[in-house]
Amino acid sequence: MPEIQNFTLNFGPQHPAAHGVLRLVLEMDGEVIQKADPHVGLLHRATEKLAESKPFNQSIGYMDRLDYVSMMCNEHGYVLAIEKLLGIAAPVRAQYIRVMFDEITRILNHLLWLGTHGLDIGAMTMFLYCFREREDLMDVYEAVSGTRMHATYYRPGGVYRDLPERMPKYQKFSGRSEKELARLNEAREGSLLDFIEAFVDRFPARVDEYETLFTDNRIWKQRTVNIGVVSPERAMQLGFSGPMLRGSGVAWDLRKTQPYEVYDQVDFDIPVGVNGDCYDRYLVRIEEMRESAKIIRQCAAWLRDNPGSVMLEDRKITPPTRIEMKDDMESLIHHFKLFTEGYCVPEGEAYAAVEHPKGEFGVYMVSDGSNKPYRLKVRAPGFAHIASMNEMVQGHMLADVVAVIGTQDIVFGEIDR
Amino acid sequence: MDWLMGMVADLEPWLTAAWVALPDTVRFVVVTLFKIGVVAICLIIAVAYFTYWERKIIGWIQNRIGPNRVGWKGVLQPFADVLKMQIKEVVIPANSNRFLFLTAPVVALVPALAVWAAVPMSESFVIADINAGLLYVLALTSMGVYGVILAGWSSNSKYAFLGAMRCAAQIVAYEIAMGFALVGVLMAGGSLNLGDIVRAQEGTSMLSWFVWPLFPLFLVYFISGVAETNRAPFDVAEGESEIVAGFHVEYGGIGFGLFFLAEYANMILITALTATFFLGGWLSPFAGVPGLADTWLAAPSFGWLALKMGFFCFCFLWFRATFPRYRYDQIMRLGWKVFIPITIVWIVVEGVMAALEIGPWAAGV
Repeated sequence: MPEIQNFTLNFGPQHPAAHGVLRLVLEMDGEVIQKADPHVGLLHRATEKLAESKPFNQSIGYMDRLDYVSMMCNEHGYVLAIEKLLGIAAPVRAQYIRVMFDEITRILNHLLWLGTHGLDIGAMTMFLYCFREREDLMDVYEAVSGTRMHATYYRPGGVYRDLPERMPKYQKFSGRSEKELARLNEAREGSLLDFIEAFVDRFPARVDEYETLFTDNRIWKQRTVNIGVVSPERAMQLGFSGPMLRGSGVAWDLRKTQPYEVYDQVDFDIPVGVNGDCYDRYLVRIEEMRESAKIIRQCAAWLRDNPGSVMLEDRKITPPTRIEMKDDMESLIHHFKLFTEGYCVPEGEAYAAVEHPKGEFGVYMVSDGSNKPYRLKVRAPGFAHIASMNEMVQGHMLADVVAVIGTQDIVFGEIDR
Repeated sequence: MDWLMGMVADLEPWLTAAWVALPDTVRFVVVTLFKIGVVAICLIIAVAYFTYWERKIIGWIQNRIGPNRVGWKGVLQPFADVLKMQIKEVVIPANSNRFLFLTAPVVALVPALAVWAAVPMSESFVIADINAGLLYVLALTSMGVYGVILAGWSSNSKYAFLGAMRCAAQIVAYEIAMGFALVGVLMAGGSLNLGDIVRAQEGTSMLSWFVWPLFPLFLVYFISGVAETNRAPFDVAEGESEIVAGFHVEYGGIGFGLFFLAEYANMILITALTATFFLGGWLSPFAGVPGLADTWLAAPSFGWLALKMGFFCFCFLWFRATFPRYRYDQIMRLGWKVFIPITIVWIVVEGVMAALEIGPWAAGV
């Protein structure tokens, strides 16, 4: 008699729910998962190694490409580590800008997560609704940095430039009526801050709209409640962070527990879950979007009232303005030195962590006193989360694997690095 | 077929003479073939525009535009799609069972088209006015699943196999619920002939439609219909985000096109049957409304059936744009533990109603 074997299914890396290039080798008994073996590394780009061969500032752009849906938060972790080694701090205005953009990034990330999580569970409309709001935030990115995704906006010592006074507008073209154009440009008449404030004014109502589609939907609840349950103790043992940890009921958020920048100046709450299942993590992330909007509003109000410099005036670290550079010999030398060899960082090591939308994003940096990091190590939150895949899906069905991948909010850019 | 005869008579008197001179069998075959041609062509065009409207309506629901490039407002899009599918290479996986792999789409499509023979379009137009119409419909709609199972099995792919298994289990569960719902219709209509079922709903007004006394059965039937056609939120057999495309993952080009055609023909069929069984088929909703008695609004016609079908087609799309997908075991639970008990209970209720002569069984109706 032949031995009965489990059914092995190779899930990904070419799979609509693989969130990039996840390869899962699933061992199944019928539709029930016996074992899930995640294989990572298909998107490995040697970011950490590449950083060792470049002056510090030139790796900022690589950080955007780690978790490519929460770009500025990655930059933030990297920039903070350099600032820690240099012993400098950005001007307060730059800190407020950074906090504001961290939260904009959090909303961007959570919107993408909500859309794809919905798509994984079969609700395709949410995806397009989320992208409607993402579009506005992408425009905010573009207004400050010139690109919609890989911003490279943060610098050691501040941010690349101050917020623009004018918001770019939609242009006229043959397929767009005057009425449509006026509607699109309605919120874009003023400055970037006006646009951001208009966004946070309408955003909570949009979140309510998302919730009408999912929160009380029987099918959504059947698909997420009690799926992928992680107890608080186990979540800590597994090294979870961010919404994955808070969904299990642990109120741990680096913005509160070890505040960086001006997070201790703004008022916000940390939502926590109770059961540690996919549904609670969904609720936590939805609530985080509301809290982020609250933080953005406070930052925008502060930035409006407090003009000032957004970059440290230390010319050994930050470049001079173009005008200074053209007029002044010393500034020209500074400029030349900064853009060819960069700056040297004192010998030592530093670990800086930020509350990234996905969890604790840490950068551990060792400097040997040269102009390049001796070693850079990125602590990606997703890596710890995906390591728990087997534990979270065991005994569930194939369709739940997809729900768990969605709830872990996996992005391979940061896991494989 | 009087109008056809009239048309022919108007053309050429000698043609009428020749036509009358033909044996009855030949005349019957010619007329039936003509009707089949009309229904099949209309159906295929309906499928084509159903896909167009699907993309448009879901587009509007999702804040998008939908197809608008091919032809005026994209109206030629379905034809472009068909052309694209026809000129694509047919890829047959090396380890598949070649014969079954090629047969499966045909097995899926033939029943989907054949059922239409028994569906009455109006008072006078039906291809085959058979007495056991309801049984014929039930039998053929169950046949469609063989195409899916064969496709999943013969592809020799794990994803396709999972899709086929899911589909087989799902269809068994929902066929039963559907069958029981139709037992209720049978009890109310007193006939297996679909035309007679519609005629039984003819009364003083739209209140005599079966949807009112059989409301739970109507819901069960329509939802089972959605499940039977593998549409969202019951589309686990395709389950895009789980098993990629399910049973037709290995099909491309025209093989996929045939499955697609079968799926949409089945959807339109379910809407036609729901309208026939519960909403009085071709009957007008305005019949019996004072003041409209002699106008076209109160007259029964194919237009009313088309309108009712259009509404249910919209519901299919609406569900697809709104709901997340059920998990496979949840679908089973809904089918076996909710729908089948509901239908059985309601059949008992109906029996009591019939015994006490309430609703459609009231004396004199």
